[in-house]
Amino acid sequence: MKHSLAPVPALAALGAAIIAAAPALAQTATLDERINTAFAGATGWFVSLIFAPIPGTGFPWIVAWLVVGATVFSIYFGFVQFRVIGHSIALVKGDYSDPDDAGEVSHFQALATALSGTVGLGNIAGVAVAVGIGGPGATFWMILAGLLGMASKFTECTLAVKYRNEYPDGRVSGGPMYYMTKGFALRGAWGGKPLAVLFAIFAILGSFGGGNMFQSNQAHAQLVNVFGEFPGVITGVVFAAIVFAVIVGGIRSIARVTEKVVPLMGVIYVGTALVILAINFDQIGWAIGQIFAGAFTGLGVAGGMAGALIQGFKRAAFSNEAGVGSAAIAHSAVRTKEPVTEGFVALLEPFIDTVVICTMTALVIIITGQLVSDPETGLYIVGEGGSIETLAGNTGVALTSAAFSQSVPIFRYILVVAVILFAFSTMISWSYYGLKAWTFLFGEGKTTELVYKLIFCFFVIVGAAASLGPVIDFSDAAIFAMAVCNIAALYVLMPIVKAEMESYLSRLKSGEIRKFT
Amino acid sequence: MSSTIVVAHDGSDSSERAMAFAVDRAGVIGGAVLVAHVLEWSPYAFLTKEELEERHVRRREELERAEAALLRPVLERHAASGVPITTEMRYGHVAETLIRIATQAQAVQVVIGRRGQGGFANRFFGSVAGSLVQACPVPLTIVP
Repeated sequence: MKHSLAPVPALAALGAAIIAAAPALAQTATLDERINTAFAGATGWFVSLIFAPIPGTGFPWIVAWLVVGATVFSIYFGFVQFRVIGHSIALVKGDYSDPDDAGEVSHFQALATALSGTVGLGNIAGVAVAVGIGGPGATFWMILAGLLGMASKFTECTLAVKYRNEYPDGRVSGGPMYYMTKGFALRGAWGGKPLAVLFAIFAILGSFGGGNMFQSNQAHAQLVNVFGEFPGVITGVVFAAIVFAVIVGGIRSIARVTEKVVPLMGVIYVGTALVILAINFDQIGWAIGQIFAGAFTGLGVAGGMAGALIQGFKRAAFSNEAGVGSAAIAHSAVRTKEPVTEGFVALLEPFIDTVVICTMTALVIIITGQLVSDPETGLYIVGEGGSIETLAGNTGVALTSAAFSQSVPIFRYILVVAVILFAFSTMISWSYYGLKAWTFLFGEGKTTELVYKLIFCFFVIVGAAASLGPVIDFSDAAIFAMAVCNIAALYVLMPIVKAEMESYLSRLKSGEIRKFT
Repeated sequence: MSSTIVVAHDGSDSSERAMAFAVDRAGVIGGAVLVAHVLEWSPYAFLTKEELEERHVRRREELERAEAALLRPVLERHAASGVPITTEMRYGHVAETLIRIATQAQAVQVVIGRRGQGGFANRFFGSVAGSLVQACPVPLTIVP
């Protein structure tokens, strides 16, 4: 580990140089701008391809792909997400864990670790984007997407455990790359390997986009929002230095502290949201009315009902990553004889992430009246660029922050801490996901891994410096591109999951699988 | 079946005194000694992704280390006593796991050493001895 610490001073020096240049504001402003322009130019084609509308409609094909996938899995598995939820909770509690396996990765640990990678700025900033463009109705579609997404998550995590890799030294890791290659081969299906390679490429891009740039971008936005304007490169360099210390320097204690603090922060975040809802309890009925009315009419948002639906589904997928394949990597290390049990546990993830946490954010934004509507028609006023006008012209994380601090101003500071911690833990998680994809393509080795890690740190800086628009477009595009490969693979492999599920559930019913007491 | 005395051993001097006491007692009653070593572990602790990946390896290493550094030397030290000694290693909450081991072995007695730490540390971390005094299903001897 010692030798790899050496580059730290180099990065610190780079940071110092940039910070030293900061007083010359004009210079840094152009640096931010230049990064932004270069970035938007380089990624535009990829974004257009992923978000191309279905011919003859304005509906992006990728959103349809996700919705159809989640719906197919829900129906195919007989709405497993609603049938087994009691059993899922018993599994997480450890009721069915063999005491002889104590000391191995438990269901709870796999779930908690996967969640800390998923609960991120998608829950805070992403939801604000959804509601800011799609109106309150987007919340309805977001929750629906979360509920359906539970079936996608169930499928991918079961497969990830079943086809994981156990290295000769005993390390365990898995993920879509492995079920694509191994699973396809076992089923005699063609194309597993090319699909896995394509997935790995998109996973690397996704780790730079949604798992990285979007996080540092919105963390910087929230810092600016609370503490005043300063150049994004500063936030970027500081974040990059800390990420660097963890992933290159091997300073695991930072990651370990984050892992412990993030769940607590999630609870504080939901608690804070509940306090705001309690303060505005007389508005809750109205807010729910707005969500349902908006879901089917759009209440004047750009694109009407379809606009609300597209935003809701997009942001739900971005937040809970169901069907994307990322969390499957984290879930694969659990110790269990029954892969399907990890699927049952993993399906709780979209529920906690989207149905609980995202809904809280959305309700707070709606209930505090951030979105401006026309008092005569009741329709929302759509400004330039298709976003609904907000009280102070805020978008993204700033909108959530305004909503949180309206009733209790001090809440914006809680939000800053939450945003930074969530952003950081998501970045660390995605650096791991991306690295697994990277080593799948290029093999394991100190040098190749270092190359990836350095590129990752570089994108932390780019993300903080660029503006929200291009960053969010690219982040979405990369993450959804992963889902293109992953859901295709899930279709091919879902009969295997069904066989596992039916066998397990029948043994559970017959009493062959029992609780350990 | 002979009477089994369970000794909790964490490698400390006081556990060694507890061990000596237990071997002595077992010799008198013609029983056997079961040396239990519990590795503190919670299935609800939070791990990073690398820790998840390496957990299986780490667990194997931890067990091997405890076997080599703790249990084997204990067996060797007391081999001459002629008392049958077996060992057991488990992960879990220390007091709860000791109780489970004692119950499964149908032990007649549990013997432990004590840390002798101050009240302040106890207030934060609790003590194994304190928990066992409350919950042990068979007679418990605490060796100072």
